[in-house]
Amino acid sequence: MGAAPASRDVTSYGMGLAVPLALFFLVFFVAPLLQLLWLSLHNDTAGLHWGIGQYLHFLTDPFSLSVLGSTLLLGAEVTAVCLVLGFPIAWLYQRVGPRLQTVIILIVLLPLLTSVVVRTFAWIVILGRQGIINATLQSLGMIDTPLKLLYTQFGVVIALAQVQMPLMTLPLITALGRIDPNLDDASCSLGAGSWRTFWRIVLPLSLPGVIAGCTLTYAAAITAFITQSLIGGGQMLFMPMYLYQQASTLQNWPFASAISIIFLLAVLAVVSVFTTLGRLSRGYGGA
Amino acid sequence: MSGRKRTWEAISFEIVMTAIALIALIIIIAPSLVVLIVSFTSGFSLRFPPPGYSMRWYVELWNAWQLHFAAKNSLIVALWATGLSIVLGVAAALAISRSRTLSAKLLDSLFMSPLVLPALAFGLAALMLFSLVGLPVSPLTLVIGHTVVCVPYVVRNTIAALAQLEPTLLESSAILGASRTYTFRRIVLPLIRPGIIAGAFIAFMSSFDNVPVSLFLRDAATDMLPIRMWQDLEGKLDVTIAALSGVLIIATVALVAIMERVTGLSRRLTN
Repeated sequence: MGAAPASRDVTSYGMGLAVPLALFFLVFFVAPLLQLLWLSLHNDTAGLHWGIGQYLHFLTDPFSLSVLGSTLLLGAEVTAVCLVLGFPIAWLYQRVGPRLQTVIILIVLLPLLTSVVVRTFAWIVILGRQGIINATLQSLGMIDTPLKLLYTQFGVVIALAQVQMPLMTLPLITALGRIDPNLDDASCSLGAGSWRTFWRIVLPLSLPGVIAGCTLTYAAAITAFITQSLIGGGQMLFMPMYLYQQASTLQNWPFASAISIIFLLAVLAVVSVFTTLGRLSRGYGGA
Repeated sequence: MSGRKRTWEAISFEIVMTAIALIALIIIIAPSLVVLIVSFTSGFSLRFPPPGYSMRWYVELWNAWQLHFAAKNSLIVALWATGLSIVLGVAAALAISRSRTLSAKLLDSLFMSPLVLPALAFGLAALMLFSLVGLPVSPLTLVIGHTVVCVPYVVRNTIAALAQLEPTLLESSAILGASRTYTFRRIVLPLIRPGIIAGAFIAFMSSFDNVPVSLFLRDAATDMLPIRMWQDLEGKLDVTIAALSGVLIIATVALVAIMERVTGLSRRLTN
């Protein structure tokens, strides 16, 4: 199998069909990223003096490092919330009939396709001083003055978790659907309780889905520029806005390039850690 | 379920899991409902629940020409980017889907990488390249940038559809004397069309909603809808934006319902 030349194999098409998109990506995706890397390795705006000054500036500046740190932390918090909330959805999906399954899927899918600005705007309405949470708590007499929810870390995490939830839930639904339901029954009839079966059987077997979901959620959460800036407000600065300020407002392209490269590398590092874990877990799950 | 004893232990597990799942589903759906309700307010603020109900902000939206202009631009760019993504993406998917060579694997990773890389970094990079070669930002640069970040959806969904295709169908068609083009037109294309449409739909929605790439690649005259909305929200909380959000939510629900009928969208995204 596989030795037949592609041209005679009627079931496959020649690699030539990939050339247009490959060229398009070379010119408009790879070349810009190389140009970004090139400029980040220059100490002046004109790009005449080579050097790692931009990177030194970033890595020795406590402010820049704190922006990077808080961005990576934000991603971890959002991913954790999505996992805790998303897993039970995927579990419930496997337990209900086909009609309810479609309902669940469409509920999960809808935010994915709704405009991010709209979804974020909704959270402004919910978390604001006159928003639902404050209005409810006040009418119940639990608080006297409105709580500050907007422009806080809590607000950003909960809004981002809702915005990114589909990216966690969809791979989990796929992964749980691949687990043989007999394993669950076998474990229970051998005397393991539901909790034990969940921790020892269901969760380990769904690890590929957990990891796929975490990768997508994490990457999306740390790059979610709109939600971060609208819910976080001016006081909280994360990497995407930092990059945008340097590039657009301050026109400091070499430094903005260095921020981009550092940010890219951070995302790639996280993705490759998750991918490695995914490969290991697939061996573990035996799938 | 026959062998399973309905112990307190099992019941507690189901109650906890179901409760969290329901809370999570409410958290997912609530924001859209809240926006829909607030958009019908008769007041001037985004207070919830609204003091009264009216259509006034929808009337206001009808006259908001700035938003209309931005929506038109976003629609045109999204249509071009989607069209280009279909042409380039389907061809590339055909080439790499059944190939097990290293180059096919590498190309697959390359074509998927815009999905995980920060789009803002790509936007800046593309702007720098365009200014280096002297191409001014314009609707053209917008279409190019959007195509890069949207084409992965078309490639991925087309590859998934091709993977479901039985190779024996193509072999039978060839044995019966059909040419490759004829087989493609009459067998392959009809079978993978729902996958292409699903991918194109997601590509279109993500282009229409794109901010990070548009921020860098648009010219001053080309206002894009999500950017316009974002900037309006940064300034003051305008209830007109709530009405516009209401329109977008209803349009999205309608499109998803149509796509579910035409392509079985929900099955595609969980396989």
